[in-house]
Amino acid sequence: MYKYSEFDEFFVRRRVEEFRDQVRRRLDGSLTEDEFKPLRLKNGLYLQLHAYMLRVAIPYGTFDSRQMRQLADIADKWDKGYGHFTTRQNIQFNWPKLADVPAILDALADVDMHAIQTSGNCIRNVTADHFAGAAADEIADPRPTAELLRQWSTDHPEFQYLPRKFKIAVSGSSRDRAVTKAHDIGLRSIRDAGGSPGYEVLIGGGLGRTPMIGAVVREFLPESELLAYVESILRVYNLHGRRDNKYKARLKILVHETGIEKLSREIEAEFAERKKWFAGVDPELIEALKSAFKPPEFNLSRTGAFERRLEKDSGFRAWADTNLFEHRCSAYSIATVSLKPIGGTPGDASANQMRALADIAERLGHDEIRASHEQNIILPHIRKDDLPEAYDVLAASGLQTANFGLVSDIIACPGMDYCALATARSIPIAQEISRRFAALGIEREIGSMKIKISGCINACGHHHVGHIGILGLERAGVENYQITLGGDATETAALGDRAGRGFSADELIPALERLVEAYLRLRDSCRETFLEAYRRLGPEPFRAALYPETGKLAA
Amino acid sequence: MAVIVRDQGFSKDDLDGRSFIGMEDAEISEDLSLAIELPNHADLPALKTLLPKIGAIRINFPNFGDGRGFSIATKLRHMGYAGRLRASGHVIADQYALARRSGFDEIEIDDELAARQPENQWISGKDWKSGSYQDRLLKTELAPTR
Repeated sequence: MYKYSEFDEFFVRRRVEEFRDQVRRRLDGSLTEDEFKPLRLKNGLYLQLHAYMLRVAIPYGTFDSRQMRQLADIADKWDKGYGHFTTRQNIQFNWPKLADVPAILDALADVDMHAIQTSGNCIRNVTADHFAGAAADEIADPRPTAELLRQWSTDHPEFQYLPRKFKIAVSGSSRDRAVTKAHDIGLRSIRDAGGSPGYEVLIGGGLGRTPMIGAVVREFLPESELLAYVESILRVYNLHGRRDNKYKARLKILVHETGIEKLSREIEAEFAERKKWFAGVDPELIEALKSAFKPPEFNLSRTGAFERRLEKDSGFRAWADTNLFEHRCSAYSIATVSLKPIGGTPGDASANQMRALADIAERLGHDEIRASHEQNIILPHIRKDDLPEAYDVLAASGLQTANFGLVSDIIACPGMDYCALATARSIPIAQEISRRFAALGIEREIGSMKIKISGCINACGHHHVGHIGILGLERAGVENYQITLGGDATETAALGDRAGRGFSADELIPALERLVEAYLRLRDSCRETFLEAYRRLGPEPFRAALYPETGKLAA
Repeated sequence: MAVIVRDQGFSKDDLDGRSFIGMEDAEISEDLSLAIELPNHADLPALKTLLPKIGAIRINFPNFGDGRGFSIATKLRHMGYAGRLRASGHVIADQYALARRSGFDEIEIDDELAARQPENQWISGKDWKSGSYQDRLLKTELAPTR
């Protein structure tokens, strides 16, 4: 894992002092409220519905036990004893007091963490595949690239006042677990015909009120030219992105209005200019980054403890069945710890749960932890024969929910319970869905299902790319939930189709039940997933299930 | 009266009395040390042939949230412009280091801002030379600096 250099340490400390000074200068009137706002946002501090919210970066989702324990202590000391893991590999604290924020930032700096550029019109926390460094299907670990981009984008003098926020995601596998196609820049590690490493570069993806799938702007970019090229994209965007309307200010709109071919030519022209002055990144630095992420020394021995437990414990079997993923080393597994207990708040973890996760990681998991954009925690390196012991610790903390990838593994934004922008509740809807399908006992029969819920049009809950997407709006003072079908967040990314009229909160759960029943009836075998069935059959049979009254009228 | 902010602190405008002219006027001028005013959406390639006879460029920031000026400054430096580069308009003290690191030499602010954000807010702790990620990563870079 990457450890802070002396410069990182110097930088984050200086930044905390700078922010402390900015808070003071806001209070003495040197800074107007308008001037202070982007400064606090660039330090992760939002003003929410009921309180301030502090969004802390977990760069590319990678952290360790010491950092997790510090997050737990922050939750206990300055918040209400819990934190909320988000869809961008951040953790949010919902109840800090403004006066405590500099002290919290100091506590973060103590463990090589920060809240820098987790908000505001700048390059945000760089995200990556949460199985990075562990997945059997990996081509290249995306984290050295992500860390390079983190450093390069941090306090970049040219790109702190962009037209709008800017998100970068990196994937190192043919399987896309980082939603790269829904980011301003998506990078996929590939090799050219000669075997040299590089990236496929996508731009202009994004969700929000105008959802778009990213387009390929460069089929192959040599690894050594990454920063010059990314800088060129950002420069073109900074100079030409729209600033007249914040809803049309993201890169995706510039791509859409300019056309990808023309914009690509502008970027290439900027890149050609830029390269004249670009001497590359110090190769020693690149090597140091790569070696910072070299895999731990795996213990390849087997005792058979895993199989013995599987045989005698159906609870463990169910968990192993859904929550484990193939590790590159056959004696190991990648374990997903679900933060979606039935009826719970997706993404929330209590301080004690965080400590339990830290203990497992430290004792059994080569001290590595990941936060996923799906709002779960990943223990990327657990030896198979240590899984029974890890499971017991999880179970003692209520973290053993065996539902990864199932209908109750829901992404949901904070919604009206916390967020100042929300137009509807998200968390209670997620809770109801998970309770309902758990009560029906058909979760496993349904199989792979991604439900994603956003409480407003800004789409923080990624509803456009959910197999079933739910968007909460407000119609004449009443919550109204629109359903989209067939969305996909992976390498075969697609935006869901809007099914039809929205549902009230009361109508929504029965409608989803009809939808799922229709899928179970229509699928060609129990192996055909909801998404596959939807792609094969098209929207009509599913719409008919959602809106039975329409069918009756037509008959 | 405008106040000019430099690393040393506040000072008077030593270009006072000189008028900054637009690009069109610059093209027909025979002055060998022009001072020109550029909007933050200027077409820079068109400026290339003029650069040798430009002594000072002023770039306006219509409001502090509009960061186009930072990219214009960087591009001018990449084009080889080594003359004086001034930011003017709504630039706040918290942006001083960003402006310097993007290639600006100085910032022109009005009296109201100079009173609200006095000199010490611009220079104290704004040790913009003390190191940045960009300098560390790209330290062998050849771009002209002043």
